[in-house]
Amino acid sequence: MKRMNKVLALALAAVMTASALAGCGGAASSSTPAASSGSTSTGAKGQVYYLNFKPEQADQWTALAKKYTEQTGVPVNVVTAASGTYEQTLKSEIAKTEAPTLFQVNGPVGLAAWKDYCYDLSGTDVYKELKSDDFALKDGNAVYGIAYVIETYGIIYNKTLLEKAGYTAADITNFASLKKVADDIQARKAELGIKGAFASAGMDSSSDWRFKTHLANLPIYYEYQKDGIGDTEAIKGTYLDNYKNIWDLYITDSTCAPSLLSSKTGDDALSEFVLGEAVFYQNGTWAYGDIQKADTLKDDEIGMLPIYIGAEGEENQGLCTGSENYWCVNKNAKPEDIQATLDFMKWCVTSEEGKTALSSEMGFVCPFKGFTGEFLPSNPLIAAADQYIADGKTSVLWCFTTMPSEEWKNGVGNALLEYAQGTGDWSAVTKAFVDGWATEKKA
Amino acid sequence: MERSLRKYSPIFILPTMLAFFVGFILPFIMGIYLSFCEFTTVTDGKFVGLKNYIKVFQDATFLHSLWFTVLFTIVSVIAINVLAFAVAMLMTKGIRGTNVFRTVFFMPNLIGGIVLGYIWQLIFNGILQYFSRTLTYSSKYGFWGLVILICWQQIGYMMIIYIAGLQSIPGDLYEAAEIDGCTKRQTLFKITIPMSMPSITICTFLTLTNGFKLFDQNLALTAGQPSNKTEMLALNIFSTFYSRVGWEGVGQAKAVIFFIIVVAIALIQLRLTRSKEVQQ
Repeated sequence: MKRMNKVLALALAAVMTASALAGCGGAASSSTPAASSGSTSTGAKGQVYYLNFKPEQADQWTALAKKYTEQTGVPVNVVTAASGTYEQTLKSEIAKTEAPTLFQVNGPVGLAAWKDYCYDLSGTDVYKELKSDDFALKDGNAVYGIAYVIETYGIIYNKTLLEKAGYTAADITNFASLKKVADDIQARKAELGIKGAFASAGMDSSSDWRFKTHLANLPIYYEYQKDGIGDTEAIKGTYLDNYKNIWDLYITDSTCAPSLLSSKTGDDALSEFVLGEAVFYQNGTWAYGDIQKADTLKDDEIGMLPIYIGAEGEENQGLCTGSENYWCVNKNAKPEDIQATLDFMKWCVTSEEGKTALSSEMGFVCPFKGFTGEFLPSNPLIAAADQYIADGKTSVLWCFTTMPSEEWKNGVGNALLEYAQGTGDWSAVTKAFVDGWATEKKA
Repeated sequence: MERSLRKYSPIFILPTMLAFFVGFILPFIMGIYLSFCEFTTVTDGKFVGLKNYIKVFQDATFLHSLWFTVLFTIVSVIAINVLAFAVAMLMTKGIRGTNVFRTVFFMPNLIGGIVLGYIWQLIFNGILQYFSRTLTYSSKYGFWGLVILICWQQIGYMMIIYIAGLQSIPGDLYEAAEIDGCTKRQTLFKITIPMSMPSITICTFLTLTNGFKLFDQNLALTAGQPSNKTEMLALNIFSTFYSRVGWEGVGQAKAVIFFIIVVAIALIQLRLTRSKEVQQ
């Protein structure tokens, strides 16, 4: 009897231990869908785990991955980080055993943080497919990142409403004329049946990057141009008055009172634009998908204007074009996984299916050699961008990839909002912009 | 039987201890070690000594969030406990439909912090809109928004504890008091409150630590806006760790300091209220 008890006790203890451990394992895998399907991999063939940055294209990437798996048998997992949480998702995912094999950084500043994890892509097929070295993120001779999408932003406008107000895009050639048109539209908003000239400049985290990053790019760009540099340790803020002018315009000729901006979201601005409540909407080519989904504006009803801030010679300024999406391959992944990842990247940019998915389904302009003719997206905003280039306008570079840190952007964003609400003044923006730049570059 | 139980107890404790070790002790030790390191991911720390701790105290946002949290905790502890006690008194008076009311008061506690935060954000913004304001317009709105939210969520829970405490007070005490001619106020302060000291201990402990550790509600309601002025300690640690490249170690150091503060406060508070408890 006594022996029975012992045996029973041991058996029970064993069962409990096993269930406790199984419990841990189960919980871990269900919290990361990638890891669970990753563990069923086919071993030698390798596998791909892509941590995608763009929530706008999440479904398309998953579909493309599935297609690739069907064709080759190589498992491809696509996990998309929620908007604004990419860095933190990457940080926790990459520490795991089943880490992402393919991830992305947003430019030189992003690369600095992740360089130790980046595989040297020089000599890979996907690098050879690149149209030019301008689209690669290099450090010396090593290629750590490859841009896979080129994007453009500016002021998207509703052609129908603009014409109804008695103007065309040709009337707007600099800041003065932009302000004149916007002020006039704002003054006649009741007559035109709209709520304001510009869609709300929301400072919620889903929208504030449009101003603290993209709009802030313009004063930085002009300063770099004037000083003939491409990056700096200490920004002077030469064009901050222009930044103030355009920001004032956005918040005065707006659909809502400036005191409401702190909780206005990206969706708010988008819906104001697609519902015809606002004529102008600062955003980029990536917004086309959302505009199209709303199904209220036809393709020929939308266009894009350069963001004029009143700098000298801006009549020749085009749209802001660049990339902040660079593919990086995880150096610490298993060799067969790295190979599988490189094969997948190559397939994406050379195969028929891959090119179709990237260009027409995701609407990307891709800087790879194979993307010509039918593989150019049918996005009217991209067509507008191409038109500006064809007209000989100078595209504005994406200097914001040299911004010192997220902290700097947040500082500027907070100061912008406080200024707009009237709870702070412009000197705080100047301080965050200039002093913050120096502090953060040093850190 | 008892001897063999004692003999084999380690085997029975083992699974739980193992889980406790893996899920608690190990991360805790790792966390303390990482607070002395510079790192990008938790597996590649490089030892840098006290550098992170020095940075913590140079960080103005941390000190601001510390004071904000202290203020919030004081206000919320008082508000929750006073209101919960009052509601518990009402609920033990034998009003018709008491059970329904108890359930209703308890229900907010069943909703998760994030959901609750978003719901209240909509409510607050909906009201403030009439005054052309939003919840994140100024830190004052955010502060009181958080207080209202946390009261709404926790009063029900604390009420249940107080009810249990109130019901365990022997009826003869009240009877004796009535015969001696006690006023209502005297009964409250001389009998009810001293006799429910154990529940007060538990409730202040819970509300105090909850107030200090508040995270989801803070994240969902204001996310620290405007200008990080409504950021509480836990959220400040989170955003230092995740959104500042190169500051992961500093975030970790903040977390260690945070741990020490919470433990210290909880111990002091327990000692203080325990000493007031009456033995029945």
